[in-house]
Amino acid sequence: MDWTYIQGILMLAGINMIAVLGLSLLTGFTGLFSFGHAGFMAIGAYVGAWISASPASTPAGLGLPFILAIVGGGAAAGAVSYFIGRISLNLKGDYFCIATLGFGEAIRLIFNNVNRFGGARGWPGVPSKSTFLAILIADIVAVLFLANLVKSRHGRNMIAVREEELAAQIAGINVFKYKMISLIISAVYAGVAGVFFAHYMTFIQPKMFSLTKSTELTIIVIFGGLGSISGSVLGALVLTALPEVLRAFEIWRLVFYGAAVILIMVSRPKGLMGGMELTPSGIRKVAAERKALREAKAKLLAETPGGEGD
Amino acid sequence: MAAILHIRDLTKQFGGLTAVDAVSFGVPEGGIVGLIGPNGAGKTTIFNLITGVYRPTSGSIEFGDRSIVGLEPFRIADMGITRTFQNIRLFKNLSVFDNVLTACHLNANYSFADAILRLPRFRAQEKGLMAKAENLLGIMGLLGYKDLIANNLPYGLQRRLEIVRALALNPTLLLLDEPAAGMNPDETEQLMRLIVRIRDDFKLSVLVIEHHMDLIMGVCEHIIVLNFGEKIAEGSADEVSKNPQVIEAYLGTSGEAANA
Repeated sequence: MDWTYIQGILMLAGINMIAVLGLSLLTGFTGLFSFGHAGFMAIGAYVGAWISASPASTPAGLGLPFILAIVGGGAAAGAVSYFIGRISLNLKGDYFCIATLGFGEAIRLIFNNVNRFGGARGWPGVPSKSTFLAILIADIVAVLFLANLVKSRHGRNMIAVREEELAAQIAGINVFKYKMISLIISAVYAGVAGVFFAHYMTFIQPKMFSLTKSTELTIIVIFGGLGSISGSVLGALVLTALPEVLRAFEIWRLVFYGAAVILIMVSRPKGLMGGMELTPSGIRKVAAERKALREAKAKLLAETPGGEGD
Repeated sequence: MAAILHIRDLTKQFGGLTAVDAVSFGVPEGGIVGLIGPNGAGKTTIFNLITGVYRPTSGSIEFGDRSIVGLEPFRIADMGITRTFQNIRLFKNLSVFDNVLTACHLNANYSFADAILRLPRFRAQEKGLMAKAENLLGIMGLLGYKDLIANNLPYGLQRRLEIVRALALNPTLLLLDEPAAGMNPDETEQLMRLIVRIRDDFKLSVLVIEHHMDLIMGVCEHIIVLNFGEKIAEGSADEVSKNPQVIEAYLGTSGEAANA
């Protein structure tokens, strides 16, 4: 295995990671499941490709710098998510999930039929701009943004929505607004991931953004552990690398992939990290929670008749 | 005393069922008012109407001198009305401290940018929120449990935590929905003292639904009795307990009693 090969896998994992981090905010912290985030990735990928592709290529692009493609792709996905949110966020739990599924497929079919963007044959002329460094920087920014957001009153309000929607309302939290913000941020992340993906593959095709891709993102978030940023990072690395590691099994590869995911979910039902964070403060928090539980149990035992009085 | 909450001819129909039928009453500022009645009398529906969870079919609800009919629950909470739930609704997987800290959010106004860039405004306000949460837990005797996941808290303390979470919003009107449900007489006694103390220390008014008559008779200065969605009596504990209609609603008529 040479470095170019490993680097390639890491870059793909890094691109997935951006989308997964966004979905982690929506699913892990706000409690909304989506099966349509590949749709937002597709919007990012196509808008990004259109901005940066050379005007001489077919389909023609604008030939603008890569950084504008990132901004444009992310913004386009965010803008579309706003309209999706307006019509679907009032739906309860499972129905929102179904609505996102429909949206994801609709986006794919639209790109399939718009010849301006290459239709089903795809868009071959995307410049190769996703460098290892650019992806690394994007991942670091994505993690810091999310970590700072989650550990603020805004993040806590999102978590409250996940925990108990009615109680969140009564506690003065504008549930709809926080769901909307969470959806928009997650869509921007997916859009940016789409831009990097397009400029990594240099060729995009609607079928790359199918339901399977959406499901893969959701599986990674759950696998990593809901409500854990470190879990999403680890999940993206492990589950993107796993199919490559399993290449030795050839056609059985995906069977082993599925079996591995099931095995880990059975042994760790709350995912790899299960709400924990791999940071000094995150570890301290879990230690404090365990200690408090031990103390509470001891106190309860001491108070029950027959136990040692205090 | 001036009334902080004014309800006039409040009616709520669910299809053909009239859950609340032209009910009128007021909660005086600084008062503790009890709302009692048999199961299905419409007590919790009234709470849901006041807090904006349901919209009334007709009638008016005024808080201070503003109508709050049609406002969204979070706006009503923002104005100073908050509540607890009959079936406890805590943020179950969060620690006791985080439950209260989350509810303290109305005491801060830093923006998303402040939070993401960790600007001074974020740091200062966040410190204030932490101090407030800690202080509230201290006053209410839950500081020793602050790191415990709310779900692991003993039942009685979960109810108490729900009250602390409500207080974090700086309410002027607190609605308690069966706060003594599932409590033993000892815990109920403690809760009664707690309700009076909260009213005095936090300078708020309380409207409480309860089935424990000792609690209602012990702390409520004014009692409203509902039956089948209608107000059948109102007055002091003494007046209400002697009212023949109230006795009938709770115990049935003498004829039914003889058959039983």
